[in-house]
Amino acid sequence: MIPIEHILLLSALLFIIGVLGVMLRRNVIVMFMSIELMLNAVNLSFVTFARSLDSMTGVVFIFFIIVVAAAEAVVGLSIILSIFRTRKTLNIDEFNLLKW
Amino acid sequence: MSQIWLVPAFPLLGFILNGFLGKRFGTRFVTFVGPLAVGMAFAQSLVLFFQMLEAEGNVLNEHLYTWIASGNFEAGINFTVDQLSGLYLLIITGVGFLIHVYSVGYMKGESGYYRFFAYLNLFVFFMLLLVLGDNFLLMFVGWEGVGLCSYLLIGYYFEKDSAAEAAKKAFLFNRVGDFGVLSAVMLIFLSFGSIEFATVNAEASTRLTEGGTLVTAITLLLFLGATGKSAQIPLFVWLPDAMEGPTPVSALIHAATMVTAGLYMVARLSHLFVLAPFTMNVIAVVGATTAILAATIAITQTDIKRVLAYSTVSQLGYMFLAMGVGAFSAGVFHVMTHAFFKALLFLGSGSVILAIHHEQDMRKMGALKNKLPITYVTMLLGTLAISGIPFFSGFFSKDEILWKAFSSPFGSPWLWFVGFLTAGMTAFYMFRMIYLTFHGESRVDSHVVEHVRESPLSITLPLVILAALAVIGGFFGVPHVFHVIPNGIEVYFHDFFAQIPAGHGNVSTEWTLMILSVIFALFAWFMASRLYHSGFEIASGLRSKWEWAYQLSLNKWYVDELYNSLIIQPGRLLSTHLLWGLFDQNVIDRAVNTTGAVARLVGNTIRPLQNGLIQNYALIFTLGTFLILWYMT
Repeated sequence: MIPIEHILLLSALLFIIGVLGVMLRRNVIVMFMSIELMLNAVNLSFVTFARSLDSMTGVVFIFFIIVVAAAEAVVGLSIILSIFRTRKTLNIDEFNLLKW
Repeated sequence: MSQIWLVPAFPLLGFILNGFLGKRFGTRFVTFVGPLAVGMAFAQSLVLFFQMLEAEGNVLNEHLYTWIASGNFEAGINFTVDQLSGLYLLIITGVGFLIHVYSVGYMKGESGYYRFFAYLNLFVFFMLLLVLGDNFLLMFVGWEGVGLCSYLLIGYYFEKDSAAEAAKKAFLFNRVGDFGVLSAVMLIFLSFGSIEFATVNAEASTRLTEGGTLVTAITLLLFLGATGKSAQIPLFVWLPDAMEGPTPVSALIHAATMVTAGLYMVARLSHLFVLAPFTMNVIAVVGATTAILAATIAITQTDIKRVLAYSTVSQLGYMFLAMGVGAFSAGVFHVMTHAFFKALLFLGSGSVILAIHHEQDMRKMGALKNKLPITYVTMLLGTLAISGIPFFSGFFSKDEILWKAFSSPFGSPWLWFVGFLTAGMTAFYMFRMIYLTFHGESRVDSHVVEHVRESPLSITLPLVILAALAVIGGFFGVPHVFHVIPNGIEVYFHDFFAQIPAGHGNVSTEWTLMILSVIFALFAWFMASRLYHSGFEIASGLRSKWEWAYQLSLNKWYVDELYNSLIIQPGRLLSTHLLWGLFDQNVIDRAVNTTGAVARLVGNTIRPLQNGLIQNYALIFTLGTFLILWYMT
């Protein structure tokens, strides 16, 4: 049995990679994938805790997160697609119209 | 079932039809609906009048619905027909109907024909509401409503500056009076717990001490309202300016009905007013002063309608004199006869004005007697009535007032003397008007004079009917001294008004005073014919001899100028320098501007945060999360 700390450490590591990906990369698709990575890092912690506490609550949470993530992926990807069609770029720094 | 509500409902319906559909359906429709609405109201009024005479206690009541009920305050849409409102109903709808018919001829071809009739109907509606309401609040609705209609009708030719100004002036002067009425109504509610006329009249003597401060304050405030509506000193200056409206308006509103609203209120609350002897004296003195002041102004005016306007003010002063000496029935009687002859005179002047192409200056009239025979004869009858020539209607009512002013416990020989002088002056300026307009040399423009012809039937018919009423209307109230028939008006009003102690004086004094005033009126007639019948040498001689008096009278005692320098100019200075310059600019504007400046400053400061770079947002978001986590652990 793998100790719970190892799995949590892995989850934190994945999460940090996701955060850094969102903050540092300029490509929207990559940022988007990083967000998914963060979600799944969280999922991993949930399932770990569910297992160690012998509770189904965490598992139920995961189902919700997966559903929401799927929906979010649909919306997010279609936004990115339509932006790309008009601006011919995926560089996030170019998408700065939504400001004062 | 008495169906009182039908009376105001007809004119209201007329207003709605004319106002909303009149433009689309054209003049024929308006011509049909406008007069018919008032005619129907008149028919219903007649029915109600006779029902009222036979009813128990001479009162008909009708409860439509409860308008406001809050705590012990209750105001309903309740209508009452009694001796006073019954008579007023007949005057308003009867004279009103004739004037509507007249307007069909007079306003022919005017662009706002439908608008005119809509306003006229609305006016009749509000006036009926005023006299039918059984409580102060409903009366006040009518009171304000006639003020509104007066504004609309005076400003009928609103593209003319003078008309718009006159309308504003009338409205503002009425507002001053309305303040008095509203304050009085509040005081009445505080002291009676009710605003119904019947309760107030019945409980006045038990709830208020005679001559006390409270009752004096209430009645003085009410009288302030009456001076506004009925054009008495100090608020009379709007009425002559109101002649800017079309002539039927002058006849209906500013002679026959609306201006008598103040008198109606005083008469309605006679039981309250007799408890305040001080107010009664104020009313009598103000009435007498207004009567003579307006008469002195009327003597020199050259605009035919202005002569009649000042004559109206003067006659209203008479009526208030009657109220002030406790002769309520005589006052109301004069309201009635005055409605006949003053409506007649105004309509007659309108017929003249129409015939000579909208010229109102009497210096450009003259010798119209043969060209306008019907107008001439009817106006002459009206003049005889207003001058108090024996056996015309004005003679009986005016004489009754003069006698009461002399003999009543509230009266005095001085009041009589002022009234007596005014009566003579009335005869003088009215015959001056007749001579200048119809006699002597023609001073009408030469190219107009060939086209002068008598007005159409819709104009002359009301004149003839009103002339008949002006001649015979007085026999309704023949004074006791004649011993012929009982004094109808006193029989009619028996027990309605507050009783005042019997006056002094005997029959021979009454005869003497009556003969004196008749002689004076005949003398004034004679003087007018000497001065103005043919050639004006004597008149211009007198004028140059008494130049200052002439100027004083011609310029209306400079009352307008006085108000201008005492009230309007200081008000304007106060507004420009203190209210606008200091307070508005420095306090209100500054507060508003500062609010805006603060918002802008804050916005400028934090605006860079929203730079559109998503990764910046993500960074701040992450740092924030860490901050929260760090804080929580």
